[in-house]
Formats: sequence, structure tokens, C-alpha cells
Amino acid sequence: MAENIDLDVARYSPERDESPSLQRYTVPLRKDWVVLDALNYIKDRVDGSVTFRWSCRMGVCGSCGMMVNGEPKLTCATFLSSYAPGPVRVEPLRYFPVVRDLVVEMSDFMTKFRRVKPWLVRKEEKPISEGEYLQTPEQLDNYKQFSMCINCTLCYSACPVYGLDPFFVGPAAIAMAQRYNLDSRDEGADERMDILAQHEGIWGCTFVGECTKACPKNVDPAGSIQQYKLTAAMHWFKTLLIPKTSK
Amino acid sequence: MSVPIARSTPPHTPYHPRWYRKRVSTYWWLLQWSYFRFVLRELTSLGVAYSCVILLCLIRALSLGPQAYEDLQKRLASPVLVALTVVSLLLVLFHTVTWFSLSARAMVVRMGGKRVPGVLISASNYVAWLVVSGLLAWLLLR
Repeated sequence: MAENIDLDVARYSPERDESPSLQRYTVPLRKDWVVLDALNYIKDRVDGSVTFRWSCRMGVCGSCGMMVNGEPKLTCATFLSSYAPGPVRVEPLRYFPVVRDLVVEMSDFMTKFRRVKPWLVRKEEKPISEGEYLQTPEQLDNYKQFSMCINCTLCYSACPVYGLDPFFVGPAAIAMAQRYNLDSRDEGADERMDILAQHEGIWGCTFVGECTKACPKNVDPAGSIQQYKLTAAMHWFKTLLIPKTSK
Repeated sequence: MSVPIARSTPPHTPYHPRWYRKRVSTYWWLLQWSYFRFVLRELTSLGVAYSCVILLCLIRALSLGPQAYEDLQKRLASPVLVALTVVSLLLVLFHTVTWFSLSARAMVVRMGGKRVPGVLISASNYVAWLVVSGLLAWLLLR
């Protein structure tokens, strides 16, 4: 194995640059190093001005998502040796505005995420004296897969629909809405339908399926959107047959 | 006083960083194989549409009588239309196979409290396809 590998890192300074450019750095190629280790090496030893987000280093926080050789990846879970002999191109997540170097602005996602009410909605809370809301393992199984989302937004960077239509609610937000819709303790499915059943909601999705491939937690956002399309279509059909059906 | 030209990104001030927004290329679907495959899958709908139009033409010709049906059959036997039919058949097959494999992702079927594996859902589509085709073949060829 070669001793070093080149990294082409996207650099963008809002004060100085009109557009990003690639800057080449040479880092040691170690078998146990992930791309994030290489970036931290550059930051510590070569160029302290390189800017990027990271936190847990173990694929849980979802902070270190970047484009590695054109694919959205968690850099803490992407081994450098997989790209030997290099060079490895590291760029900020696609389709998001770039704030600086590898840092993107995620407010759009956070706004959409809040809109789908990713929390348990209860019409009436039961008194604490009645205890917890119990669930069977089968009821947990219904939504568990979707609850694994870590909001890393790799799925947004994989989705050409989001790139072309910034109003599209997007894969992670819809998957998270479906996570709560399928939770036996939740009663907010009707409220979420107002957001999800819009054109920019589930119907904007053309089932490219790249969001599911990019997901580091096997959440399958594409599947969740198609499943919700079926739910929304059935709901529409029901209201057509019985017009006065309440939501 | 001149009116500033609208910009896609807000101008930089010390308190308002200028974000860089990259415009998505018109040819985005050519830049990645998976995107191109997706567009190809969508384009196979044209093959499905062509097959439907031919079917409707055949039904119409049947309703007009044996002569009209024979005329249409002769027209369809031209080399160009035969080639078009073969291409549309390939497109319809591609469309069918890709959608059968995707159906398992869109449907959650539970039996005995457990989720039925996607392979079985896709397989049931193929079985239904074979049964319907067999039934039609039996009706037409007996």
C-alpha cells in the first residue's frame, strides 16, 4: 500500500472567492483511517483554515456528511483505503448552499423537518397516573426502521428532485413523518397529511431511489414515501366515495 | 438612485455570509449512471404508451370489420413498424421488471404479524403476470 494519498478538498471563502475550487493535500494513507481522519490531519498539521463539521466520529451524530468522489457519504464511516491510490475528491454536500469550504447551510432542511411534526402528537394526553403508553414488539417493528434516521441529509444530496425543486419536502423529513404516523402512540397522521399530500410532499418524489442507497442507516426513505403515497391515495379514494368523511 | 440588480445569493456583509449555490445542470441525468438509469426507466413509459395506442387501434379496427383489421395488420407488418414494436416490447419488459422489483419497496404486507419479505411480493407479481398471460393465451389460442 502506498504511504500517502492525495485529497482534493473543496475550498470556498465567502469573503474572497466567487466560487469553490479544489485544493490538493497529501496525507498519510493508513489502513484504519477514514476520510474524516484525513481532514483532521490536514486541519491539525497542514492547513488550519480548512473548515468542516464533525462530532461523534462513530456514525451517530450525522454531522460529517460530505461528497466523497461525487457520492454523499458520512466521512467518519468512509475508509480512505477504499479510494487508494487516489486522489480523493471531498466536497460539501450537493444541493445545499455552501457557507465555507465543506460546511453547508441546513436551515431549509430543519424548517421542513419541523413542518412534518416529528414528534408524538396526542389529541388528549392521558394522565401520568395511568402510566406509560405501552407498545408490543410488533408495533415497534412498524416504525423502527424509520426511527434510525440521524438527520445527516445525505439523502437530500442524493436526490435530484430536491436539487431541481428546492420546495420538495425531501426524503428524511417524509421518512420521519412516516416514522411517527406508524407509531401506535401517535394521533397526528391527519395533521401531517396536510403537509405530506401536497405536490411538494410525497407527489414530488419520482422514486429515483438514490436516497435509500445513500442512507448510512438503512432507513429506506424512498420506500417510506411510496408507502405513504399508497396511504394518501387510499385516503383520497375514501373521501371520494364518502365525501363527508372527516379527516 | 440606481436599483441594485437582483442576485441569486445575498451580497456579503460581515454579518451575512454569502452562501455559494450551485445551479443544477440541465444535463444532471447524464452525470451519474444511476440518474441515467432512472431517466431510462421513466422513458420506458413511452413504450407502454405506444403499446396501448396500438392495442386501441387494433380494437377499433376489429369494431370496423374484418377488412379494416386486415388493413391494419398489413400496415403493422411494415419493417419500420415491426422494428418499433420490437423496441416497444423491450421497453415494456424493462418497465415491467423494474416496477415489479420496486413494488416490494412500496408495499408493506404483513402476515401473522410479520412483514412479508420483498422477494415474495415481487415474486407474486411475476406469478400474477404468468397466470394472466396464460389465461389470455388459453382464451386466444384454444
